[in-house]
Amino acid sequence: MKPAAALRDAALAALVAFGLFAPLVGLRTEVAEGGLALRGRWDDVAWLCLLAFLGRFALMALAGRRLHVSVPAWLHRASRYAVPCCLGLVVVLPWLPFVERYELDLGILVLTYVMLGWGLNIVVGLAGLLDLGYVAFYAVGAYSYALLSLSFGLSFWVCLPLAGILAAFAGVLLGFPVLRLRGDYLAIVTLAFGEIIRVVLTNWVSLTGGPNGLSGIPRPGLFGLAFTSEEGGFADFFGLEYDPVHRVIFLYYLILGLALLTNWVTLRLRRQPLGRAWEALREDEIACRALGINVTVTKLTAFAIGAMFAGFAGSFFATRQAFISPESFTFIESAIILAIVVLGGMGSQLGVAIAALLLIGGTELFRDLAEWRMLIFGAAMVVIMVVRPRGLVGTRTPSIALGERRAIGGNYVSEGH
Amino acid sequence: MNALLRMEGVCAGYGAVQALNDVSLHVDQGEIVTLIGANGAGKSTLLMTLCGEPRARAGHITFDGAEITALPTHAIMRRGIAQSPEGRRVFPRMTVQENLMMGAEALGQPGDELPRVLELFPRLRERFAQRAGTLSGGEQQMLAIGRALMSRPRLLLLDEPSLGLAPLVVKQIFGAIRRLNATQGMTVLLVEQNANLALRLAHRGYVLVNGRITMAGTGAGLLARPEIRDAYLGGAAH
Repeated sequence: MKPAAALRDAALAALVAFGLFAPLVGLRTEVAEGGLALRGRWDDVAWLCLLAFLGRFALMALAGRRLHVSVPAWLHRASRYAVPCCLGLVVVLPWLPFVERYELDLGILVLTYVMLGWGLNIVVGLAGLLDLGYVAFYAVGAYSYALLSLSFGLSFWVCLPLAGILAAFAGVLLGFPVLRLRGDYLAIVTLAFGEIIRVVLTNWVSLTGGPNGLSGIPRPGLFGLAFTSEEGGFADFFGLEYDPVHRVIFLYYLILGLALLTNWVTLRLRRQPLGRAWEALREDEIACRALGINVTVTKLTAFAIGAMFAGFAGSFFATRQAFISPESFTFIESAIILAIVVLGGMGSQLGVAIAALLLIGGTELFRDLAEWRMLIFGAAMVVIMVVRPRGLVGTRTPSIALGERRAIGGNYVSEGH
Repeated sequence: MNALLRMEGVCAGYGAVQALNDVSLHVDQGEIVTLIGANGAGKSTLLMTLCGEPRARAGHITFDGAEITALPTHAIMRRGIAQSPEGRRVFPRMTVQENLMMGAEALGQPGDELPRVLELFPRLRERFAQRAGTLSGGEQQMLAIGRALMSRPRLLLLDEPSLGLAPLVVKQIFGAIRRLNATQGMTVLLVEQNANLALRLAHRGYVLVNGRITMAGTGAGLLARPEIRDAYLGGAAH
């Protein structure tokens, strides 16, 4: 772009920035005698406008060049070892010297979102059904476990599959009315479904405890060994000194196992006719019908399997927190999980894991910055979408191939829809 | 003779619009039958009604002697009907191989038909690992037909295979349909706007006007009729 045009464009951006920041930043109300006083902060506004001007100018100057960052060749070669290495690191993490209770808790949190991302990836990434209410299934799983264990005293290991089944059932329940919907319409109905579940949980006080939530949810044990300091507990049985971290390490491996199960099932399904039918459905529903695919069953299985993993994650969440309330299952959770899937690259398992680490771990890193955290979060998302519009890992590996599997370049994978 | 496919008095439409009016036709085993007509005559609707979307409001459709009028789409396909839809509709981000496999797997078949399909369309073998969206229009049409053939259908429905293709490519594709019929005895119902080519290829033809069948006859016979020449062949000698 010519410098003159770039300058004009940058000036325009600065003008827009002024329009935005003048009321937002420029004017500040302060408590003064007899009411509020208005104080101007025009120097701050000037700085922000200058920043917008320079940023836009730099962007326009770079626009002639390719802005898409492509993966260098050496990284491509190294990526073959990256997955086993990462997996090894994740497995040994609790035993590394610098890992304390805090790091473990963070690891558990990130892994929960990795699992949720992988679960939603089945629905959104593979089957192409935009689901904005995924957190509903997470909530169903959590409340299923909490209620089953509190009311009937069932153990975690019995409740886990039950919670998964109940969440899958909720998935089918959502699936039926939305079978005919696509795109934006589907997104709106799933959004409403997520809210309905939350509202029901809030108002059905006799069952769910309403806004007070459910507390005292039992902790899981390892083959009947409880993680307590008493005799017959985990530490006592193995002759170890009691340490509360044992339980955290156990939870860490539990969520790791659940997440890997999700990944394994997804990878297996992708190579089966069902998985390919999901992908074909994402590509062209009418062609699927013309081929004789039972679209109803294909969509419902995607919803059900995706929801089942959310249910597993939900019961894990309930048992880890020992307390759940509707507040944990708001729309923002759905949005974060969806952001993880989209930023990671639709349908890419590795991408989802990296995105979850960046988004969840990253926001945790910036905890000291308080409210600026969300600003960085948003900026990071914008940067990723500008630089890699198809997500971090935008390539798609064919699910069948003669000889070597070749990744399909990111250029051919979906962008922005 | 017992027809493989028979439609009797079929009416169908969308909402208040009646697209097909009392349509009766039959396709015998081993025949190529073409359905010609102007834009909006109801040709594609006829093929889609065969597949159960939209449903026939009146009349009967039988395939191999069994009534299929009220079956859901996937159940109709399972009986041995395959369609290459209008506008090709290949899965753009999946490879040629994956597209072909979808044709078989959709009906729970292992895909043994692959060698024969690749023999019929050698171009697909060259593009085997390529993403379908990067193929040329003609190659995509070959892929759409090949994908339909993967389920070993007994009746192949082709919706406007010549749409938007160069004459030379159309010739190749029509040649492949002819070979398919001659060597494998494939029964084909072909919907076309290119009446000249379609009637030359087909054993028999039907003419559809405003949702009604107005003429029927052998391909050569229809081609010789002056009213067909005027209406669909632009009055030209060819």
